[in-house]
Amino acid sequence: MTDTPVLELRNVTKTYKIKQGLFGTPKPLTAVNDVTLKLNKGDVLGLVGESGCGKSTLAKVLLGLEAPTSGEVLVDGKALGGQDRLALARRIQPIFQDPYSSLNPRKRIQDIIALPLRVHGVGNEASREKAVREILDVVGLPARVLTNYPSQMSGGQRQRVAIARALVMKPEIVICDEPTSALDVSVQSQILNLLGDLRREFGLTYLFISHNLAVVEHLATEVAVMYLGRIVEKTTVANLFDAPRHPYSQALLKSVLTPDPSMDVPETHLGMAYPNPIDPPSGCYFHPRCPAATKLCETRAPRAVQDAKGLVECHLHDEDVAMTTA
Amino acid sequence: MTMTNLDQTVDPLLQEIVGPTPGQRLRGRVFGHMGLLIGVGVLGVLLFIAIFAPLLAPHDPYAQALMSRMKPPVFLGGTWEHPLGTDHLGRDYLSRLIYGARVSLMIGVIAATISGVIGTAMGVAAGYFGGRVDTVVTFLINVRLAMPVVLVALAVVAVMGGSLQVVIVVLGLLLWDRFAVVMRASTLQVRRRDYVTAARAIGASTPRIIWSEIMPNIANNLIVVVTLEMAHAILLEAVLSFLGLGVQPPTPSWGLMVSEGKNMMLFEPWLVMIPGAVLFVLVLAINLMGDGLRDVTAPEDRS
Repeated sequence: MTDTPVLELRNVTKTYKIKQGLFGTPKPLTAVNDVTLKLNKGDVLGLVGESGCGKSTLAKVLLGLEAPTSGEVLVDGKALGGQDRLALARRIQPIFQDPYSSLNPRKRIQDIIALPLRVHGVGNEASREKAVREILDVVGLPARVLTNYPSQMSGGQRQRVAIARALVMKPEIVICDEPTSALDVSVQSQILNLLGDLRREFGLTYLFISHNLAVVEHLATEVAVMYLGRIVEKTTVANLFDAPRHPYSQALLKSVLTPDPSMDVPETHLGMAYPNPIDPPSGCYFHPRCPAATKLCETRAPRAVQDAKGLVECHLHDEDVAMTTA
Repeated sequence: MTMTNLDQTVDPLLQEIVGPTPGQRLRGRVFGHMGLLIGVGVLGVLLFIAIFAPLLAPHDPYAQALMSRMKPPVFLGGTWEHPLGTDHLGRDYLSRLIYGARVSLMIGVIAATISGVIGTAMGVAAGYFGGRVDTVVTFLINVRLAMPVVLVALAVVAVMGGSLQVVIVVLGLLLWDRFAVVMRASTLQVRRRDYVTAARAIGASTPRIIWSEIMPNIANNLIVVVTLEMAHAILLEAVLSFLGLGVQPPTPSWGLMVSEGKNMMLFEPWLVMIPGAVLFVLVLAINLMGDGLRDVTAPEDRS
C-alpha cells in the first residue's frame, strides 16, 4: 500500500445560494462544511448521517459534477480540478440509490452498459460487446438480458446492471450512494455481497454512503458520521459500533430498530427536528439536540480532535476544553 | 409473437418468463385505442388522397366552365359528372377539394416542423441548462404568448403579400410557443433523473446527453404537440385564406373555398358546408391521433 491516499478531501466546502422569495437576498446554504477525509486503496469508508446532512452533495463533488466552493479534492495526490472530466470518469464511478431512475428506460441493457466504453472510445464494436458480456457475467446476470429494457427487470437485476455500468471501465473508486435502500430486504444482502466480492476481485475503494448502520457495519472498514455538513466523528467500524464517542453517533446507534417486537421504538434523545441548514445553530451545530450539551456548546464550535481512536468533533472529548471547564 | 423474445438456444423448460419489451407493450396499447386508430385511419386516407391527387381528381381543379356554374352536388339533385357540384366559376368542387388536401396537409406538416425545431431547441436548452438560458427563453415565450397570432399573421401577410410559402413560414415562426413550454417542462423533469447524472459522471458530452438520454424520453410529448400544432396551423391557414390574406386564388385551399362560397351561402349552403366539413374531419382526425398518442405513450416512463 502506498502512502498517497487514492482519494483525499482537504477542507472541502460546498455552499449554495438559496433565494428566498422574489426579492429576497440569497442566503448561503452550506451543504458540505470543511470536510477532510482520506481513503486508502482498498478501504471502504462508510458515510452515515440523517437525510439532508450533505452526504449526496459530497458524492456529487467527488464525481466532479459539482465544483467545491473551497478546498480541494485530490485523486492519487493530484487535484481534481486540474484533471479533465474523462480522466476523472475513468477513476471514479457512481452507483445510485434508485435503480428505477438510474437506467434510461428507452435503452437496452447492452447499450446502457456500453455507454462508458462508447463515450471513452474504447475498442471497437466487437471488443465492446465482449467487455459488456464479461462484466455482465461478473455481476451475475445472464447474457440473455442484454437485449432487455430496464422495465423488464427486477430492482435487484437493475442494480446489478447499474453496478456493471460503473465497473465496465475498471475504475479505482466507486461512490455508492445508498445502493441498497431502494431494494427489497431479500435482495439487499445479495447486492452487498456482490459489492464485497467485487472489491476483493478488482481492488476497489468504496465510499459507501448510507443511513443504514447495519449495512455500513457489514461492509465498511472505516466510518465517518456526518451532521449538518460536518464530519463529527471518524473512526474504524469496530470503534464506532463498540464505543461511539460523539453524542450524535451514540444517538444514531441507539436509533437502530431491533426485530424484537416487545421492545419499544428506541429513545434517541434527539427530540427536536433536524435544524434548518440555512440558519444553523450557534456554537456546536448539534447542541440543541445534544443530551450532554453545556453552556460552552452554545457559544463555541468544537474543534476536531484526532487521537488513537479516530477523529471526533466534540467538547466532551477535547482535553483542553475539559481542563478549562473543570 | 412472444416466442421471438426468448433465447431460442435455451432449453424451453429453463426459459424464464421475460416481460414484453416497451415496443411490444406500446403496440398492444395502440391497437386497443379506438380514437387513435380512427384518427390515424382518417389521416391516412386524406394523406393518400393528397399524394395521389392528380390520379384521383376527376377534373382539372383550375379548369373553368362558365356554362356549368354552381351545379349542385349529386345528393342535391346534381349529376355524377360533378359529384360535389361546381363553384361560381364552374370548377369541379370534388377536384378542388382533393387538391386542397395537399395545401392543408403541406401547411400543417411544414409549419409544425419549423415551429417544432425552433420550440424544441429553445425548450430543451432552457430545461437542460437552466439559469440565464432559462430566463431568456421564458421571457421569449412570454413575449410570443402576448402576441395575438392571427393579428401578427395578418399584418405580416398584408406587408409581404399572401402566398402559400409566406403563410407556411409565418405560421412556422409563430407557433413554437407550445413546443417550447412543453419541451422545457419535460426536460426539467427528465434531467433530474439519475441516468442523466450517471451519463455526466461517465463523462458523456452535453450533446450526447441531450440527444441520447433526454430526447428519447421526451419524444412522446413532442409527438403530441406536433399533432396539436399541425391542426392549429391548418385551421389558421383556413382563417387567413377566408380573410383573403392567406393562400391566393386560384390555388385550391379549403379555407379559400369557404371564403369564395360565403357570398352564395344563403342560397347554396353546400358551397361552404362541404369544405367546412372536410376541414372539420381533418382537424378532428389529427386531434384524435394526438390524444391517442398521449394516452398510449404516457405510461411508458413508469416501470
